Amino acid sequence: MRREVPLLITMIVGWFMVLEFFFPQAEKWSSELQNWAIIMTALASVLGVANVARINMLKVSRRDRDWRYSIVLLAGMAFMVLLGTVFPMVRSLFHIDSSWAIGGGEFMGVTYGPYRLSGVAAGTVFNQFYDFMFVPMQATMFALLAFFIASAAYRSFRIRSVEAGLLAIAAVVIMIGRVPLGREIWHGLPEISDWIMSVPNLAAKRAILIGAALGAIATGLKVIMGIERNFLGGD
Amino acid sequence: MRPVTAGAFRLLVRGTASLVLLAAGAVPAVAKEVEDPGFFHLERLNILFHLVLFAFLFFLCIRLAAGGRKFFIRKIAGLEAVEEAVGRSTEMGKAVLYVPGIDDVNNIQTIYSMIILNHVAKMVARYETPLIVPICRPFVVPLAEETVKQAYLDVGSPDAFNANNIRYLSEEQFAFTAGVDGIMLREKPAANLYLGSFFAESLILAETGFQTGAIQIAGTANVHQLPFFVVACDYTLMGEEFFAASAYLSEEPKLIGTLKGTDLMKIYLLVLLIVGVLLETFGVTGLSTWMEPR
Repeated sequence: MRREVPLLITMIVGWFMVLEFFFPQAEKWSSELQNWAIIMTALASVLGVANVARINMLKVSRRDRDWRYSIVLLAGMAFMVLLGTVFPMVRSLFHIDSSWAIGGGEFMGVTYGPYRLSGVAAGTVFNQFYDFMFVPMQATMFALLAFFIASAAYRSFRIRSVEAGLLAIAAVVIMIGRVPLGREIWHGLPEISDWIMSVPNLAAKRAILIGAALGAIATGLKVIMGIERNFLGGD
Repeated sequence: MRPVTAGAFRLLVRGTASLVLLAAGAVPAVAKEVEDPGFFHLERLNILFHLVLFAFLFFLCIRLAAGGRKFFIRKIAGLEAVEEAVGRSTEMGKAVLYVPGIDDVNNIQTIYSMIILNHVAKMVARYETPLIVPICRPFVVPLAEETVKQAYLDVGSPDAFNANNIRYLSEEQFAFTAGVDGIMLREKPAANLYLGSFFAESLILAETGFQTGAIQIAGTANVHQLPFFVVACDYTLMGEEFFAASAYLSEEPKLIGTLKGTDLMKIYLLVLLIVGVLLETFGVTGLSTWMEPR
């Protein structure tokens, strides 16, 4: 029963969603099902928080390697949860409409109804921490990509075979052809660059795309027909 | 931030069906307001026809495989290397890192990644090697936990399962990336497997893994990330190879039959493309008009 029930739900919902694409009458039911999926996905956040809390609390209690970082993580998580949910809840329940001043700046100037939990709205402390601490840190991680692209490109463009040579030549032509300098060197470079991108490159990309799409449809059929069950665990 | 989409199977069938047609060069028609859609979307008959044809070929091959017909599958180096990677980790006494992508379970690649995880977890359990699975979406946590736990049970070593190695890190893309990079640099796994749906974080993960000296195997159907994985990983499963993993690793006749069904559909699409190109060349537009996704 532990596997049969989820499998049955998967099959019913799966086929329903397939049929919904062809029968317009079923569309309102399908949008309802999709709303359920969104609600369940939101509820699953609790599972994530529980997992983070369990693993890091265990790490702290065992004094595992780098356990101090776990304290920072748990404290940060608790702090943001408080800012985002508990504080606005208290404010709205007690009809406190004043704004907070931290470090001389007005952080909570958003007006909202007495029972509206708008703890993450623009201008709140929660939002300030997100915008001025989390977002720059995310951007920093993303910016690392530029250096990683350089190091990966250096390795892949080393000419050690005929194929690597072709790759390097194509890459150089495309890179130079895509900047204004390319046209200055030779007016044909941008045209060659465009041709490489829109003919051989696109052909290869579409071939991979068709294969991947067929693979995805086949996997979908396997899952909703119950042929592939390993995602539920076990044989 | 990418938009959250719900309805796994809507995405699965509608998305991929349109994807095949788009990949074939068709241009999507602009949605028109229809007051009474009627009982059946007649304009989608083309998609239904191809879906039914695909299902027919699919089940025909499954039936042939179940009846004892042996199908040939070419060697896929990336999948052959999975066991080698796990073996290497065991010899070095280090963990295997398995990253199932950063998308939710409404992406078929994440579901498929769980299927491959089951096979990998069984190998790892046999070798008694630690398996670390960092997760980006909370909904994937119970799926991964159950998959790994069941794999350890199946090979008869349930005590070796460590729930603390299924780690939810963050739902934010680059916070998750930083977390995985941290695991790589601190715990130095000897094998990194990236199998699932990846986006801009793919190269950051693969390059960090390269710097730690781990053997790296990647697989994704996200075409734009494939070049990054190709340059930074030892083996890369491209598109359909990724979706062939389960059949390849399990060697189950039924699943191998499904691969052959997909191959037959591919041959059909190839013929259709050639015919379509010829017809268009001679000014006959009926086929391309009918094939247009609506």
